Amino acid sequence: MREVAVIGAGMSRWGELWHQDLRDLSCEAVLKALAETKADRVDSIHVGCMTGGLFAGQEHLASVMADCLGFAGVPASRSESACASGGVAFKAAYAEVAAGLCDVALVVGVEKMTDVGGDEATYALGTAADQEYECYNGATFPGLYAMMAVRHMHEFGTTRRQLSQVAVKNHSNGLLNPEAQYHAKITAEEVESSAHVADPLRLLDCSPITDGAAALVLCPLDMAKKLGKKAPVKVLAIGHATDTIALHSRKDVCRLAAVEKAAERAYKAASLKPEDIDLAEVHDCFTIAEIMVTEALGFARRGEGGKLVASGATAIGGKIPVNTSGGLKSKGHPVGATGVAQLVELAVQLRGEAGGRQVKKPSAGLAQNMGGTGGSSIVSILGVA
Amino acid sequence: MVGIIGYGAYIPRNRIKVEEIAKVWGTDAQSYKKGLMLEEKSVPAPDQDTITMSVEAARKAVRRAGIDPADIGALYVGSESHPYAVKPSGTVVAEALGSTPECHTSDFEFACKAGTEAMFVASQLVKAGSVRYAMGVGADTSQGAPGDALEYSAASGAAAYLFGAEKEKVVAELIDTYAYMTDTPDFWRREHMFYPRHGGRFTGEQAYFRHITSAAKGMMAKAKMKPADFDYVVFHQPNGKFPLRAGKMLGFTDKQIGTGWLVNKLGNTYSGASPLGLTAVLDEAGAGDLILVVSFGSGAGSDGFVFRATKRLKSVQGLAEHTRDMLDRNKRYVDYGTYLKYRKMIIMNE
Amino acid sequence: MQPQRYWREIPQRYRLEAGRCRRCGKVFMPPRGLCDSCRSTEFETIRLADRGKVHTYTVIRVPPAGFAAQSPYVLAVVELDDGVRLTMQVADCGPDEVRVGLPVRVEFRKINEVGKSGVICYGYKVVPA
Repeated sequence: MREVAVIGAGMSRWGELWHQDLRDLSCEAVLKALAETKADRVDSIHVGCMTGGLFAGQEHLASVMADCLGFAGVPASRSESACASGGVAFKAAYAEVAAGLCDVALVVGVEKMTDVGGDEATYALGTAADQEYECYNGATFPGLYAMMAVRHMHEFGTTRRQLSQVAVKNHSNGLLNPEAQYHAKITAEEVESSAHVADPLRLLDCSPITDGAAALVLCPLDMAKKLGKKAPVKVLAIGHATDTIALHSRKDVCRLAAVEKAAERAYKAASLKPEDIDLAEVHDCFTIAEIMVTEALGFARRGEGGKLVASGATAIGGKIPVNTSGGLKSKGHPVGATGVAQLVELAVQLRGEAGGRQVKKPSAGLAQNMGGTGGSSIVSILGVA
Repeated sequence: MVGIIGYGAYIPRNRIKVEEIAKVWGTDAQSYKKGLMLEEKSVPAPDQDTITMSVEAARKAVRRAGIDPADIGALYVGSESHPYAVKPSGTVVAEALGSTPECHTSDFEFACKAGTEAMFVASQLVKAGSVRYAMGVGADTSQGAPGDALEYSAASGAAAYLFGAEKEKVVAELIDTYAYMTDTPDFWRREHMFYPRHGGRFTGEQAYFRHITSAAKGMMAKAKMKPADFDYVVFHQPNGKFPLRAGKMLGFTDKQIGTGWLVNKLGNTYSGASPLGLTAVLDEAGAGDLILVVSFGSGAGSDGFVFRATKRLKSVQGLAEHTRDMLDRNKRYVDYGTYLKYRKMIIMNE
Repeated sequence: MQPQRYWREIPQRYRLEAGRCRRCGKVFMPPRGLCDSCRSTEFETIRLADRGKVHTYTVIRVPPAGFAAQSPYVLAVVELDDGVRLTMQVADCGPDEVRVGLPVRVEFRKINEVGKSGVICYGYKVVPA
């Protein structure tokens, strides 16, 4: 296995982008990522997209992307693992480069979500849950995460205020990220008085609907100097795991077993412990998700994720800054692009280019990307080379 | 011995008071409360319809009978609010019970007597020896046009009866039946119309009273019985006043009628009305008690039944919730706006 | 929802039919072809308990398509008396009436309708016991 480096990272503008479609978004992100490299070719393309079909009426994204990026002829494939599609596409590209199947691999995560109305978006996202045994009975994604939150509150005394503190922190970080969809300082009181969505979750507990793309260029570490312009970032490890599709099938509904397993595998492969991680981008699709994920990643003891955020440890400058980019909550959540964008943030941070939100001299960053209610998760650790 | 081997009732939890409806239309609630003896009525939740209520009532009937639902050879659902215009309600009910595939099923419609029609046919199939067990269900999510007098009474509920011929299983022996029917256009709903229409005062003497009293007299004559022989009597109850008046005309006391008289708190459950009244009687009756049931359906006709409770009845009464308990406990009152939303009377986008 | 997709799940939706592994006894809802505990492929059909309690819940206030008339509604993971958990609505239950541990029983209800002309979808819900 060859060691693999990230030599280019870029994001399109994120938001409600009425003028841009799947191709425009991808092209914008890829051009930025390629501009950071000296690569004159791409050997392989990996696309992460949850459902181009349901959101934009377009599937066969391997061909669509190769074509619109000017690489028709290059082998391309698309990975799908709901909201973890981006992270899984990155893993596929990493594996190809590590195995020596190709040298320059392009990863593009994309989702165009605003071409459908609210009901259709809810339906499309709902396909990441158990259609026949959850959605059939009226479940929505906010509803499923809300049920995790209620149980977490019941078992561990996690408070409504602690949920709010996740949103407040991530929006505060998003203010420092020019690429974020929302630049708005919010207070806990505003979170707690925003519109009800699924009790106890309110509108400001939920990540938004976003159009956006993110891209990475990978190559073998020993070619990084030749192909890259900037200090290379090394892929230290990738851990990947699954869990049951339905929340109710799990022994413990407020424990993310897929995240725990993926993290365990990644830490082991990288020979690192949770305390060795300098910053983490985690899948805060809902505020409760960040609380549970920080527990699963070992940043907090089980049941103490709420206390962790309340302590300030996950803020920039804290012991383990979480979601310096603003997270899904403030940066936006174009589902297929999210996992790739988390790695873009890690690359930017590890190179020391994060400006006002820069974490002090990080050597290792972790990205945790998750599909559905945790039916799949992928944990990637990047480090300075 | 042919008779009822199991029975079950279902009444939705939601209620609306007569005052709440009267307030919207500027009418006098007292005229409905005193004049028609109506206080409140049941309202189905948006996830309830004739099929769901039939399934719940039918499951209780099966529980009381203690039989394997696969042995039910015929199942009929009578209603004027079948959720599908084409596609039977009965197939869903039979499937939910576990009575498919060897089961004859049909949906009946005869205004408010579709339920007793289902019971009539089910009992006669058992009597003929065609099937071992047969079920008849009466259920409705009754329609009444907004602002019409019927809006104060049109209610929802279901009752199910399992008939069998095994003596040790019978809880109420079917002594005899009788049918009285003429073509009388007192109340109808045309195809594709949402609400029924009625002939106003024509629905009284010429429709309800003529058919109920004629059927009751015919039934008693056929069974060689007189009003004093009966411990309980159940008439179709479109409002509180009509069944009491019919009883007086025939020589029954309010006491005989009272046990099965649910309408003041329940409203008119159309096809479910007299069958539900009978469930309330069966919840209380003791061995040997004689029961007369006379339904009425616009169009118009009445079915008469005479039952005699057996010793077994007492042992099955407690196996499912009593009708009076469903009527009196755990009620939730809705306002008129919620009622409209629940009854799908608000125009929505698809 | 196309009728064939609805129809296929009728035994589960109408009668709560689950599969029990003949070798190790583990119960699967819906039934499946392979036991994840002992890898057996032999199953028998059983009916799940019709009573249970609320394991966790939410109140859906932004409903998916077709559920507007019922909104807001309580959705729960219910643990049935036989230990099997399922996601289902708690019908006839106000947002203030639900709690973890609430005893419930299964009722047959309408789940959704496919527009004004499509198939009517029935299934299981629970109500406060």
